[in-house]
Amino acid sequence: MRPAAALAGLGVALAGSALLGVLAGAVAVGPGDVVAALAGGADAPTTAIIRELRLPRVIAAALVGGALGVAGALLQGLLRNPLADPYVTGTSAGAALGSVASVAAGAPALVTPLAAFAGALASVAVIWRLARIGGRTTVLTVLLAGIVISSFAGAVVTLLIVASDRLALRLRAVLDILVGGVTSRSAAELAVAIAIVAGATVWALALARRLDAYAFGEETAATLGVDTDRTTASVLVVTALLTGAAVALSGLVSFVGLVIPHALRPVVGARHAVLVPACLLGGATALVLADLGARIALAPAELPVGVITGLVGAPFFLLVLARASRGVR
Amino acid sequence: MTLVAHAVTAGYGPRDVLHGVDLAIGPGLCAVIGPNGAGKSTLIRALAGLLVPRSGRVELDGVDLRAMSRGAIAQRVAVVPQVFDTLFPFTVREVVMLGRTARLRALAGPRDADRLAVERALGLLELGDLAGRRIDALSGGERQRAVLAMALAQETDVLLLDEPTVHLDPAHQRATLALVRDLARRSGIAAAAVLHDLNLASAMAGRIVVLDGGRVAADGPPAAVLTQRTVERIFGPGLRVLDDRVPPAVLPRS
Repeated sequence: MRPAAALAGLGVALAGSALLGVLAGAVAVGPGDVVAALAGGADAPTTAIIRELRLPRVIAAALVGGALGVAGALLQGLLRNPLADPYVTGTSAGAALGSVASVAAGAPALVTPLAAFAGALASVAVIWRLARIGGRTTVLTVLLAGIVISSFAGAVVTLLIVASDRLALRLRAVLDILVGGVTSRSAAELAVAIAIVAGATVWALALARRLDAYAFGEETAATLGVDTDRTTASVLVVTALLTGAAVALSGLVSFVGLVIPHALRPVVGARHAVLVPACLLGGATALVLADLGARIALAPAELPVGVITGLVGAPFFLLVLARASRGVR
Repeated sequence: MTLVAHAVTAGYGPRDVLHGVDLAIGPGLCAVIGPNGAGKSTLIRALAGLLVPRSGRVELDGVDLRAMSRGAIAQRVAVVPQVFDTLFPFTVREVVMLGRTARLRALAGPRDADRLAVERALGLLELGDLAGRRIDALSGGERQRAVLAMALAQETDVLLLDEPTVHLDPAHQRATLALVRDLARRSGIAAAAVLHDLNLASAMAGRIVVLDGGRVAADGPPAAVLTQRTVERIFGPGLRVLDDRVPPAVLPRS
């Protein structure tokens, strides 16, 4: 498929799923109500539902999905590993640890994305170091390192929860982080996340060609003229920015970063200049739909969206793992 | 144009693999042979600036590689890697375009010169029909040719090849090396290829460098290097050299 056509198709899919996300819910609204609410002509309750509940939630879901999709594409390209993503490598767990620590410390809400970024950066840097031991990045090392980092971060999170009595008040916030739920976010929080995801995606596009050169390994990228130290560091920082933004908004959402690049590569090709925007749009669409599913599956109760992505993503992961282990190198 | 190693000692961790290697690579095809562990791949990595010598230096036209950026080196020296498998569905043409990485700007598309270089490299390796195919769906030999085309698309005046023929059948081994040799002759490219097949080295290279224990053990035209004495000293008694032939041939003793 032509890249432009594929990207246009993904854009339409995102617009459609976003509309669906705004329309569907406990209170029925029609497309006309949405237009009226956005233009300021609807009655007060409808306006509140659309502007303050559903729209921010759809935007948050789209940002989280898009950020994780792009982060997954970058990690897979860098590690030459179709099984890498922010969740599996423990990058998300590091970000969650950062978020929980900032909540526990009573930091203002806008600090949380920064703390999440710092946690994500620390864990993705550890993964990179471990993955390079012996000069070869194996599928298995990355997965094992991810398990170790996730367990460690999980232990520290538990420690923080138990040790801090201030946290009694914040248990709800911590739970949000751990179970992976998109709740309605304030305009300020969304604005920060939009800025981070947009900036990081542009940076990722600027790195795209250099990342392509990693197809045959880091050393070959160097012989092709890539300053690999700088490029690798940049990719790790961009990945951490995206993961941090996603985790600060929604907590631990599994497998989106793994499934989306994997599913899109056969359609749009492997070049990151196309894959990155495709994963932004595809990840956003997937998470808006998953969140919609989370809201209506057991309505009026709401599932955390992480439950949906886990249920769908885990079998997919096993499938890819089975295929990859046949060719384990 | 010359790429020169001056007393290069290099290795990994505490272990030295190369011990004071002096070697100048000039126009033409030079084969690097030697037993396993002799330091052939390490020599290629040092010559490409990928491995910084512990002592000594590698110079390209008198400039120390350490003073050059990766981008600047990549416009002068291309390396055909041993690894040419990827799990990602790049097309053959996209792989060959990777050879232009050092000449492309981050967010700009390829220019005419880049497209021309890619098509020329595809043509040289007879990959025209495969250009749109996914590289992960090709045979080992086809992938190896695609990676060689990628290096040729770099349009460098030095070409370093680390066992470029391992996955090729005998006819393609010969064809690939003949291509490199002719390119080297025609365009004055300096090519150095690590080879295991002594007969291939003998037939295709104008010069053979023998590495043994991280040192240059012999260096010269095939007839001067592939003698019974030298081959026995380096590879042991299992090989018989037919040195009355031009170029000499090597057979395993039965």
